[in-house]
Amino acid sequence: MSEGLQELFWILIFPGFVFTVALGLVVSWVVRKVSARVQWRKGPPLMQPLWDVIKLTGKEVLIPEQANRMVFIGAPMVGMAGVLLLSTMLWRITISHSAFVGDIIVAIYLMVLPSLALILGSSASASPHAALGASREMKLVMGYELPLVLALIVVVIKAGSISLAAIAAQAPIASISGVLAFLVSLLCIQAKLGFVPFDIAESETEIASGMLIEYSGVLLALWKIMQAMMLVALPLFMVMVFLGGFGTSGWPLVWGIGKYLLVVVLAVLIKNTNPRVRIDQAMKFFWVFCGLALAAAVVLAMVGNAYGIGWL
Amino acid sequence: MSWKIKALKKSTWVFHVNTGACNNCDIEVVDLLTPKFDVERFGIKLVGSPRHADALLVTGVVTAQAAPRLREVYMQTPKPCVVFAIGACACGTGIFHKGYHVVGPVDKIIREIDPNAIIAYVPGCPPKPEAMISGVVKAWSAL
Repeated sequence: MSEGLQELFWILIFPGFVFTVALGLVVSWVVRKVSARVQWRKGPPLMQPLWDVIKLTGKEVLIPEQANRMVFIGAPMVGMAGVLLLSTMLWRITISHSAFVGDIIVAIYLMVLPSLALILGSSASASPHAALGASREMKLVMGYELPLVLALIVVVIKAGSISLAAIAAQAPIASISGVLAFLVSLLCIQAKLGFVPFDIAESETEIASGMLIEYSGVLLALWKIMQAMMLVALPLFMVMVFLGGFGTSGWPLVWGIGKYLLVVVLAVLIKNTNPRVRIDQAMKFFWVFCGLALAAAVVLAMVGNAYGIGWL
Repeated sequence: MSWKIKALKKSTWVFHVNTGACNNCDIEVVDLLTPKFDVERFGIKLVGSPRHADALLVTGVVTAQAAPRLREVYMQTPKPCVVFAIGACACGTGIFHKGYHVVGPVDKIIREIDPNAIIAYVPGCPPKPEAMISGVVKAWSAL
């Protein structure tokens, strides 16, 4: 009984829902503030993301007449459940080292769930703009999953284990193949978060928010919360996989927060200094350039492993 | 004051509707997002879909072609929402008064479908960005 309560506490309060949402709202403020400073603007106040969510919950919910109601309402919850599980899992591995073998594979699956939910929700909303956004998102998912998995293979070869706790104990970034894998997966994370060079699926100026176009009120708030939670989970995943993980006390904790913020700010800077690419350009970029770079990285990592050369 | 209205004031997402304006007001609206005025300081953000919007910035005399679209967009916006009539044309049809193509002004068209709509007026040809910010402030203090 008490163990069940403990599990519930983990999922709902501390590393889970409440904590992740609160942290996610703060990080999405950081994203907006840094973007504003880059553009020489002042930027929104700290409470702005929270006010946005509160306001959206107070608005009317409109559901299109021809939409599939069940899928339309269920999709944001599916996406949120995926990110919630991912975030809880990563934090628990960090805090209590309660890992299981192969959790990196579970993490890969959970990271696809928000994109799948977005595709489901937008296809259910019976809007041509949303359909266009969904088709673009589908292509984008196919584009970035291949390089991301290849980058994780580099890490697995380096660490010699498919357990996240073992991978987080070392930093593959201190090698040539590790740097290549880090850079490419940073761009994949960019695409997963829907940040600018790869925000093709919800480009405001051409298809008017694309996938989310028909969502309003509480349902839109759920999507916004999901995106905020992804801002917590995905950079944390990057820190654990490439940069040697998060400490739980003292200087390692401060250092861990520094590494986390570094990943977030890098993503924001890429977002603010690049124009949006077309979907065919994005596919070509991910499959040809990133794919080749990572094939080279995998070979380097295997050679380094076979001959015991750490820096390859 | 209800929490819904308070949150609406803290975070206003606007959707821009052109109902036959000469593009002058539209340029001044976009001016609000530039570093000089930066309305994101107050939580005001331009969004691409009326479903996400809390305020409609309507510019232009409402032409016969644009009127049904304006009604449609207003009905697509989740309530509570506020309508801002930006510029002399939107406030009272301006120099196009009694033109053959004019069915506006904006408030007349909106009130036809929702008599209790909240409508704020920002006159000027075009209104300065400062005037629009002051219009928002006045509307918020009246709500």
